[in-house]
Amino acid sequence: MPDRLLVTFSPHDRDTVTTDKIMMDVVIALIPVMLASVYFYGYYAVKGYLLTTLFCMGFEYAFNKILKQPCSLRDNSALLTGVLLSMNMPAGAPWWAMLCGAFVAIVMSKQVYGGLGQNPFNPALVARIFLLIAWPAEMTSWVKPGGSFFFDAVSSATPLGLTKADIIAHGQIMAHNVSTYSDQIFGNVSGCLGGDGAIFVLVGGAYMLSRRIITWHIPVTFIGTVFIFSGIVWLIAPHRALDPFMHIISGGVMLGAFFMATDYVTSPINKKAQLIFGIGCGVITCLIRIYGSYPDGVGFAILIMNAFVPLMDKYMRPVSFGEVRA
Amino acid sequence: MPFFGFKGGIHPQYNKSATSGCAVERLAVKAGDIVSIPLSQHIGAPAKAVVTKGQQVKKGELIAEAAGFISSPVHSSVTGKVLGIASVIHPMAGRVEGISIEAECDDEDFVPAPDTETFQKAVQAAGITGLGGASFPSHVKLSPPKEVDTLLINGAECEPYLTCDHRMMIERSLDIVKGAVLIQKNLKIKNLIIAIEKNKPASIALFRKMEKEYGFELIPLDVKYPQGGEKQLIKACTDRIVPEGKLPLEVGVIVHNVGTAAAVYDAVEHKKPLFERVVTVTGAVRNPKNLLVPIGTPISRLIEECGGFIGVPRKIVMGGPMMGLAVSSMETPVIKGTSGILVYRQEDLPDLKQTPCIRCGRCVDACPMALVPSAMDRYVVREMYEALEEYHVMNCIECGCCTYVCPARRTLASGFRTSKRHILRMIKEREANNA
Repeated sequence: MPDRLLVTFSPHDRDTVTTDKIMMDVVIALIPVMLASVYFYGYYAVKGYLLTTLFCMGFEYAFNKILKQPCSLRDNSALLTGVLLSMNMPAGAPWWAMLCGAFVAIVMSKQVYGGLGQNPFNPALVARIFLLIAWPAEMTSWVKPGGSFFFDAVSSATPLGLTKADIIAHGQIMAHNVSTYSDQIFGNVSGCLGGDGAIFVLVGGAYMLSRRIITWHIPVTFIGTVFIFSGIVWLIAPHRALDPFMHIISGGVMLGAFFMATDYVTSPINKKAQLIFGIGCGVITCLIRIYGSYPDGVGFAILIMNAFVPLMDKYMRPVSFGEVRA
Repeated sequence: MPFFGFKGGIHPQYNKSATSGCAVERLAVKAGDIVSIPLSQHIGAPAKAVVTKGQQVKKGELIAEAAGFISSPVHSSVTGKVLGIASVIHPMAGRVEGISIEAECDDEDFVPAPDTETFQKAVQAAGITGLGGASFPSHVKLSPPKEVDTLLINGAECEPYLTCDHRMMIERSLDIVKGAVLIQKNLKIKNLIIAIEKNKPASIALFRKMEKEYGFELIPLDVKYPQGGEKQLIKACTDRIVPEGKLPLEVGVIVHNVGTAAAVYDAVEHKKPLFERVVTVTGAVRNPKNLLVPIGTPISRLIEECGGFIGVPRKIVMGGPMMGLAVSSMETPVIKGTSGILVYRQEDLPDLKQTPCIRCGRCVDACPMALVPSAMDRYVVREMYEALEEYHVMNCIECGCCTYVCPARRTLASGFRTSKRHILRMIKEREANNA
């Protein structure tokens, strides 16, 4: 006969999904992108992934220790931030940039707000933009994809960077500077570790969709908006803008739409607001790419839309069942 | 009518197979068994005891009478001697006044309920309350102040593990239909719908055969929890939406559980008071069963009948895993609203370690009432009841879907449940000040 029974509120059963499993699933979804970047950048990619995740997890642990909090490494969120941060840096980024980026991502844009779930802006993107503004030279020292694991870094510009430079210098895009579709799709162009290689991002995205970690709302509206917006500009002025296919498979659009904009913490919670969020991300990305001074605007676009999330959550609350609205 | 469905909801592990094939067995009363029958079996006024200590009572004999309209009388569930009227354990309310009776023999016969003038009075005299779980006195629901055009008989049984309604539908399908038709005829209701979830094909087949003859409509429901919730079932079967804070009556519907329909039939045709009910005993017990149990029988007696525990029990739940109540004592008696006894061992229980909300939105998608549990949880933690009210927490049906799906293991539904009490008090105070 039991002498002490546990009494709790219902429900007494739980779904098997937990936060750490979700985070790990996202990391798993990133594996195709990671493998592709290791294939193209070899040693540089391995170094980037290892150091950034190590730094991120180190700062997370140190912050927990200093504030005497329970260790939050087991929720895998620092691991995920580390992987995403290094995907947002050029292959040739120096180790101290990774260290600073990890500090900004984990401490300044997550922990000081109260840790997981409290940060208004995507930590990895805040770190990327911080680094881009603080050390523009190091953050745009792109490496040309090499043929082997160890190779000498040859610097080269990104396709988006070249088109921007063309427009500034000549007022139009020079055809010989535009990369091919297949290079873009497989990631055989210089850029961030996780930036290009659309097909691998799509594989990861499909995995997350099938595991119901994300829904179609943000990626589809984000990519769709970029396609339509850049398509209209391209139809009107083809010499000033890349074609819409090139736009969605170059730079950070794919990675941003599937992995950064869908971050639970910094995206709207209800589906209608997610549609607006995705459209907003797409519009701002195109505005910056086509009319701004930066070659790519995905990072800025997502961060700007992050700022609207609390408002969207507040004013786009779903109508409760049977609710009579005055 | 087609199946309309409802938004939200979840697909938990149903785990019904352990007992879905077990025919209902009658729990034989042994001399010396003690039943303790709480006088409060439901919301509303507790019944008033009409027996005294030491008095001999027969099975079915009135032992406590209704105290007002929203109140049901209580009948003895055994033949024996009244041990006393004192505080007894109650699954929901801690301890309440109740009548303890020591059984003397296993009586097959019962004292019939008295003759009454109206159908509603007959239902009240038999002490019938909703057998689905909420236990609202049935005669109140059967006295609608407005016109009702649809009677919905709820055979969804969406709670995992429970099979008592399923067995009732298989073994007493004709009685359920007759009971439903009785209600329909007496209240002059146009449409009669019987709704059963598709994971009970045997029940659906039986009712399908009677559909024409008795003039009801059978609606098989796509399996989803909480389909058996009154508002969800009405939406799924008739596409009508009950306004917030209103009863199903508002949209011309009344809903009764299949067990209640059978009890109404028993009360009207056989003058049988409600003194026993079917309870599913499952989980970590040796022989899971569906038992016909006298009201007031302690859980320990049911477990004994099912061959005892497997391993060490850690949590015992009265009802299903989604909305059932964990009890603190093995001596807690079965009441009219008890649909199941579910035994968990430590290893069957989920890890409940809470982590911060990551705003994944699973709770928002799961909420059948279209609330935003994740945002509301922040207000629960800060005890911001005005804000919670603005988020329509009073519309929460406490089904537990949000808590079930939460990957951070936040105790969302229970927070809303406790907050609702505060807000009710707040609303009352506000009304008092305005008056």
